[in-house]
Amino acid sequence: MRMVLTGNHTAAYAAKLARVEVVAAYPITPQTQIVEKLSEIIARGELKAEFIKVESEHSAMAACIGASAAGARAFTATSSQGLALMHELLHWAAGARLPIVMANVNRAMAPPWNIWCDHNDSISQRDTGWMQIYCESNQEVMDSIIQAFRVAESVRLPVMVNLDGFYLSHTAEPVEFPDQDEVDKFLPEYDPEDKLDPENPFSYGAMAVPENYARMRYNLHLAMQRAKRLIKETGAEYGRRFGRYYDIVDPYRCDDAEVLLISTSTIASTAKDVIDAMRDEGEKVGLLRIRWFRPFPLEEIRKVAGKVRKICVIDRNLSFGFEGAISSEVKAVLYSIEPRPQVYSFLMGIGGMDVPPEEIERAIRRTIDGGAEEFNWDLKGLGF
Amino acid sequence: MDEGERMNEMKIIIPKSTGSMLINKTGSWRSSRPVIDERKCTGCLICWKFCPDACIEPGEKPKINLDYCKGCGICAEECPFDAIEMVREEK
Repeated sequence: MRMVLTGNHTAAYAAKLARVEVVAAYPITPQTQIVEKLSEIIARGELKAEFIKVESEHSAMAACIGASAAGARAFTATSSQGLALMHELLHWAAGARLPIVMANVNRAMAPPWNIWCDHNDSISQRDTGWMQIYCESNQEVMDSIIQAFRVAESVRLPVMVNLDGFYLSHTAEPVEFPDQDEVDKFLPEYDPEDKLDPENPFSYGAMAVPENYARMRYNLHLAMQRAKRLIKETGAEYGRRFGRYYDIVDPYRCDDAEVLLISTSTIASTAKDVIDAMRDEGEKVGLLRIRWFRPFPLEEIRKVAGKVRKICVIDRNLSFGFEGAISSEVKAVLYSIEPRPQVYSFLMGIGGMDVPPEEIERAIRRTIDGGAEEFNWDLKGLGF
Repeated sequence: MDEGERMNEMKIIIPKSTGSMLINKTGSWRSSRPVIDERKCTGCLICWKFCPDACIEPGEKPKINLDYCKGCGICAEECPFDAIEMVREEK
């Protein structure tokens, strides 16, 4: 079945296909329609799930933590300020090893109020122990949410599936629906051995002495590392079942590339057209789209980026006073490579600024011809 | 063993524990204890409802579990009959 759907409605239907058992969520622009659609689906009896209405995102995540600890498959969705309000509980979900999946619609942080697309909301949650996926299309939102539950439940860590505010959340695209029976085979019922049980009580996350705390943190770190292989295997199996293959990164025309563009989300999907056009003109350029930001795909980046001379990274987030996070991390993983490629960092599209193909091409050309600085804040047309 | 091998042999550690709150006797944190005046107490159990640590055992008259009572004084504050007095712990 194929339907024309917005990214928000796609996320809701994906949660339905994953047969989530508890949804606790609070509405926030531009995510609201995910929660609305799910409450509608549950109210109509099309999904056997508990919809818990809460007074804040902090409570939404707390309810998901309780549900997941009791062995339910839990889902929520949020954006921007809502995600920030959840921050404390994000650490709780990951530390307690609860495989919650959350859709986050990327939106700028206030002040000033701005509801448009920006990645500073989710990048700010980098070190909470959550895995993070960045989607380039509504189809990928559908497929990623289903895959996210499988990876999350295998390594017992939560996953945040990010979709760009408005560019995906409110844009309708044709979306292929996987068959429910096939999804059920791909994603069997979640039934952990250690779920909360009144007959056999235990505490989750009680005090741990330093040695035990360190041991558990190392275990979480290894789980994140191990997830890399599972992400690849899960993406490949999803491809065999449903015809759409996924990996931890998405390389595009990288094979003989001399100059590489690295980016995420919808900027990367626009960039594919730019790469095609530049290839037609004989430029040896390629694109590496980072799909999973945590765990960070360092081996995959080294494999592709180790063969090129120059790299252009476009970030839709900024660590104030430094540069975008993806730029920094790409540079970090390339430090040990000889000869080390030069990396140029570009900041684009924050607060919903448009990133048209011409801007992306200009960044790549400046990278090629030496006209780029180490860090480039492109606000063309604003007089900077 | 390198990190890759450790990763493959990894067993998931869930931070769960049984009985940790039985061992951890939080009553030792207390600087003052609630003392119930049996003559004033009517057994209404409002103190039992308010105790945030479930340290009051209900019955005809309430009893305080001093192994876990941290001495917050909420019971004394809420008692409508002034039947609970907070008395300083002596070392």
